[in-house]
Amino acid sequence: MNQTRRQALKAGGNLALMSALFATGLTRSVLARAAEQAAAGWNPAAFATTSVDGTIKALNGTNATQSTEITLTAPSIAENGAVVPITVTSNLPKTQSIAILVEKNPNTLAAMFDLPEGTAPTVNTRVKMGQSSNVYALVKADDKFYVASKEVKVTLGGCGG
Amino acid sequence: MANPMRIRASMQGDEVDVKVLMNHIMETGQRKDTSGQVIPAHFIQTVKATCNGKTVLSAQWGPAVSANPFLAFKFKGGAKGDKIQVTWVDNRGDSRTDESTIS
Repeated sequence: MNQTRRQALKAGGNLALMSALFATGLTRSVLARAAEQAAAGWNPAAFATTSVDGTIKALNGTNATQSTEITLTAPSIAENGAVVPITVTSNLPKTQSIAILVEKNPNTLAAMFDLPEGTAPTVNTRVKMGQSSNVYALVKADDKFYVASKEVKVTLGGCGG
Repeated sequence: MANPMRIRASMQGDEVDVKVLMNHIMETGQRKDTSGQVIPAHFIQTVKATCNGKTVLSAQWGPAVSANPFLAFKFKGGAKGDKIQVTWVDNRGDSRTDESTIS
């Protein structure tokens, strides 16, 4: 009687420990997490790049052409690098996605927006800039890539480092 | 996760104009705390907005999006009284969905 009860308690204890560990995610490997993120629609490779060309390549946009049909609105001088408002509007027909790149940030890609049909080709958000830098808008329209850029000076860097 | 998003959606002509203010720390993973330890990254990775069952915007974000992220966009196909849902998922797997009615 005692033996089986002890065994049952032990098994129960192990189970509790395993589920606690599982819950904290310690049993999941880094690879599994990356796969999870990719499945959830987040591209780890694109967000790990450290240069404009590298980011464009990671997004399959190599040979993107400069376009005057993309309007990148950003302050010429940003007082606070932690909150820089950026608006990108694309006048290119069949705009599919807009990506915002900050050249001198530790990781270049700040944000990417997928615009289904019916959604206007314009997005407005706020990004952090570590230092004065060129900001690029990479637009995918009709399966081709276009790019526009603007220099934004930052008086107080936004990465907090 | 924390406080609800503030979503304002209104008709502007035949387009729905949406502005969202989310509540999230958007920690970059670049900062160090007072003892010199790196504060781990904690940021929204994906955002999805839907209206009448159709996705009207999807986004992938990195930690460079500012804290308490602001997002504004416009789409066609919504009407006054329709509901718009916005969902975000962060790098820790937390998520949040909020809804608003188009005015």
